[in-house]
Amino acid sequence: MFHLIVFLPLIGFLIAGLFGRSIGAKASEYLTTGLLYVSAILSWIAFFDFGLGHEEAMVVPVMTWMNVGSLAVDWSFRIDTLTVVMLVVVNTVSALVHTYSIGYMHHDPHRPRFFAYLSLFTFAMLMLVTSNNLVQMFFGWEGVGLASYLLIGFWYKKPSANAAAMKAFIVNRVGDFGFALGIFGIFLLFGSVNFDTIFANARQFDPSGDMDFFGYAVPAATAITVTCLLLFMGAMGKSAQVPLHTWLPDAMEGPTPVSALIHAATMVTAGVVMVARLSPIFELSHTALVVVTVVGAITAFFAATVGLVQNDIKRVIAYSTCSQLGYMFVALGVGAYGAAIFHLFTHAFFKALLFLGAGSVIHAVSDEQDMRYMGGLRKHIPTTYWMMIIGTLALTGVGIPFTMIGTAGFFSKDIIIETAFASHSVVSTFAFIMLVVAACFTSFYSWRLIFMTFHGTPRATADVMHHVHESPWVMLFPLFVLAAGALFAGLLFKEFFYGHEYMEFWKQSLFVAGGNELLEEFHHVPAWVALSPFIAMIVGLIVAYLFYIRSPGTPKALAESQSGLYAFLLNKWYFDELYDFLFVRPAMWLGRFLWKRGDGTVIDGLGPDGVSARVVDITNRVVRLQSGYLYHYAFAMLIGVAALVTWMMLGSAL
Amino acid sequence: MNDWPILSLVTFLPLLGALMIALIRDDEEGYGRRNIRNVALLVTVVTFLLSLVIWIRFDNGYAGFQMEEEIAWLGGNIGYRMGVDGISMLFVILTTFLMPICIIASWRAIQLRLKEYMIAFLVLEALMIGVFCALDLVLFYVFFEAGLIPMFLIIGVWGGKRRVYASFKFFLYTLLGSVLMLLAIMAMYGMAGTTDIRELLAYDFPPEMQTWLWLAFFASFAVKMPMWPVHTWLPDAHVEAPTAGSVLLAGILLKMGGYGFLRFSLPMFPDASVFFQPFVMALSVVAIVYTSLVALMQEDMKKLIAYSSVAHMGYVTMGIFAFNEWGVQGAIFQMLSHGLVSGALFLCVGVVYDRMHTREIAAYGGLVNNMPKYAVAFLILTMANVGLPGTSGFVGEFLTLLGTFQTQPWFAAIATIGVILSAAYALWLYRRVIYGKLDKESLKGLIDLSGRERFILYPLVALVILFGVWPMPVFDVTAASVDQLLNEIGRAVSDGAQAAALLQR
Repeated sequence: MFHLIVFLPLIGFLIAGLFGRSIGAKASEYLTTGLLYVSAILSWIAFFDFGLGHEEAMVVPVMTWMNVGSLAVDWSFRIDTLTVVMLVVVNTVSALVHTYSIGYMHHDPHRPRFFAYLSLFTFAMLMLVTSNNLVQMFFGWEGVGLASYLLIGFWYKKPSANAAAMKAFIVNRVGDFGFALGIFGIFLLFGSVNFDTIFANARQFDPSGDMDFFGYAVPAATAITVTCLLLFMGAMGKSAQVPLHTWLPDAMEGPTPVSALIHAATMVTAGVVMVARLSPIFELSHTALVVVTVVGAITAFFAATVGLVQNDIKRVIAYSTCSQLGYMFVALGVGAYGAAIFHLFTHAFFKALLFLGAGSVIHAVSDEQDMRYMGGLRKHIPTTYWMMIIGTLALTGVGIPFTMIGTAGFFSKDIIIETAFASHSVVSTFAFIMLVVAACFTSFYSWRLIFMTFHGTPRATADVMHHVHESPWVMLFPLFVLAAGALFAGLLFKEFFYGHEYMEFWKQSLFVAGGNELLEEFHHVPAWVALSPFIAMIVGLIVAYLFYIRSPGTPKALAESQSGLYAFLLNKWYFDELYDFLFVRPAMWLGRFLWKRGDGTVIDGLGPDGVSARVVDITNRVVRLQSGYLYHYAFAMLIGVAALVTWMMLGSAL
Repeated sequence: MNDWPILSLVTFLPLLGALMIALIRDDEEGYGRRNIRNVALLVTVVTFLLSLVIWIRFDNGYAGFQMEEEIAWLGGNIGYRMGVDGISMLFVILTTFLMPICIIASWRAIQLRLKEYMIAFLVLEALMIGVFCALDLVLFYVFFEAGLIPMFLIIGVWGGKRRVYASFKFFLYTLLGSVLMLLAIMAMYGMAGTTDIRELLAYDFPPEMQTWLWLAFFASFAVKMPMWPVHTWLPDAHVEAPTAGSVLLAGILLKMGGYGFLRFSLPMFPDASVFFQPFVMALSVVAIVYTSLVALMQEDMKKLIAYSSVAHMGYVTMGIFAFNEWGVQGAIFQMLSHGLVSGALFLCVGVVYDRMHTREIAAYGGLVNNMPKYAVAFLILTMANVGLPGTSGFVGEFLTLLGTFQTQPWFAAIATIGVILSAAYALWLYRRVIYGKLDKESLKGLIDLSGRERFILYPLVALVILFGVWPMPVFDVTAASVDQLLNEIGRAVSDGAQAAALLQR
């Protein structure tokens, strides 16, 4: 069964990719989508068996990959609760996005290629989440990077899309640099890259012993911390955490279904999955977990501030994704792994919903993405409107505190905020404040998006407004499914992911060090803590309402009075400019310098070219000696003989 | 057929082919030309098939030399001795595999002096196979050096505009290194009284002597690799060489340096190798970062790939001098993989060069619009060059870095920066050539890969993926011999340490 779940998308990719032209676009679409539905259904079956049911975790071998010395790497699937949760998320969203794309990409001449890429992505993501060793995880990791590169650059005629694709790949590679070194470090510390062996060795790990690491004798705990931070660097790249987040907003150059699938629901959560999967190792290093918490909190706050002022509808949601991933990392950092995966799970539904809804809007207004040219669309596309409202309710975490009534985000987000408060980590208060402020901002920019897009007077041209139309059923159906998830996924699964059923649900797949009683403690936080995200959400909503419904002139006036801050936020804290100045230009300058000066002037100049030039010089001089006058030669001979005789006489005398 | 001298057969069959071609009259456009091409292709294909017999007969479990042949030559001490082990065998296969591809790649591209061209290639093939099969130091030297001559001619006669400069640079660089090696060979003969590689492997050279011998061999192999800072001949040679010449240069000739380290430097001079480990590591790491940065700024497609080759060879030398299974096996794998990947990349450049007669990156752009098949092949190869897992490029890079990290983590960490830089230069090249709008007039008429081009590129692409997913066939061959090699080094070094400890007492 697991072979089918993972390899059906690969088969879809190969058929659509190799024979897409011959079998035609329609066949490619239906084939890849159909295979994905089979995978999705099988995933849910697995979820009920392994997550909710009592099947034991297991490893499904496929074949040997590398077997060199003591390094043994297999292609295999690790099946436990974490895996099946991810299988459900990936395959469900992917199947829905495939369906949606049939409508969304309707006019594109390259549909077979598009569906092939989508299936390739799904396959790589499945390899990532099912991996039983770090190297296969790295395979999936870079595989999704490749698919992301191809899909962002899908419209290859757009220079901006090409640039964004390249940027995504290279920034991710910076993270992968850390990931790769982390793998080497793990292999050095534990002598294996297979999870079972690593975890078994981690259990007996003595953090106080000394060891040789990077040429220094350090306590083993330091080595673990360094290794964890290197691995986390990979997670930061893939999950767009500050300061490796810059690629995610640019990735919105790709088609919108791609943004929903890859850059919201699945790929960007890979970092969260990795840290959760490696929880037995991260639990060994308190320092690493603190770093994870801080990075997550900063990202949640930073991305929310930037989201406040963006005008591109997709970029707002992209920054929102970035921010929500920050929430997940905070949960990981305080040791609430279940809560992080729970938020990942619910977020996949409502964020995919928002993106696909935004796609439906963009589709309706003739590919316009700037919210300043939208407005008043509520009457024209009511279904999309209500779906977006549901997504926004879930994202902002609407629900009634102290009851079991609420949207998916209400449960998962509040759990994270409460665990952050309850945790004993040194940075827990900082994280708590950041997350509550971010919750307020989230509410503001989400409602701002809704108000600017759907309310008020239309700002699009009459021509565009004339063409506004509701999307076809094939695009609306996925929205309905996701909306159901966004509304009910929290309520249904709360107790399993982070509640009373925690142990029965997760079994051995997540590890928390002894002494971490968060699961119990977060229930007992003061009432004001539990209320704070709710209040933050209400504040954000009210401000957005005042700014964009009651007095639409206010935002502009505020932006003008605070022009410095506004520009700072609008330009995303100038991260791109900074990196361009710090890394891109110096690298190019250095490359040119080493080429022209290093290779050209120094190596060739002193080496072959220099030698040949000197040879030419000397021959020229020798040529000059040969004057052709007999008396010159005779004179030279005479001098030579005289010198020789002198030397012999003096030599014999000595 | 088991008692056939199979290695000699594979080695000298191409020479026979060259002789046959020499007898055919080259008549511009006629049967003569057709026959020359057909004979060349037939001979290389038969050689390849025959070489597969070597692989089939090869015993993976046996660490020593196999299929040995020996004939007295130049008095008894110097002899004609042939044999392969796990380290050399796959290079023979790689050579015979790439040759038919080179012949087909030259099918129409070469019009000038076709007969001489084919003869040069077949002679070169014989000499390259000989290098990997030779079990006698003098024989090795003869093959190693003689290979320079056909390559010199290939670049100098059929090359581009600056071909004379490039060919002389290539020749002088490599010759200079080799002269020192010749001196070392004479010194070794003087001490051990034989040039039989098997006996030399067992002979213990005194440590102070090892240092000099090691340096002399190093001079030759470092130029061949090429290692920084003696790499500058390579970009020039690649740029000027005809496509098939570049394929062989990158695919096979560059591997001779790495092979030399594994065959001679490490097992024969273990103490010196250990002594020089930090030196070689430093040069390798500099090569990886330095040449990757230089590759970033190149304006010529071939030059860019040439610089990236130097960077990839940096992983090889680093892995070899990590002195562990991961490093050495990874290095061998990296060499084989690079032979396929860079060879195929040069073929890709050749495809557009044949159509446009320029290698300048700026002259291209938007090729995906009218050459989709080409774009796909080029993409997969680019990803292999970047070291994407699932392609053969990843396995070697990963293992060499992993192996180096276990002994020299700082070097490994710096070398891993190459992972970022390679993505930068490779994707930038791909973007500038393949992506974008097709708005250059001159490019609009380009047609996609022809049947012949598909026939040579697709198998390479398939192998790159196959070995990326399932590299075990290679490791099965190399494991036993590499184990033995590492044991020898470990034993020699610990002996040396004991001797030193005894002296101190």
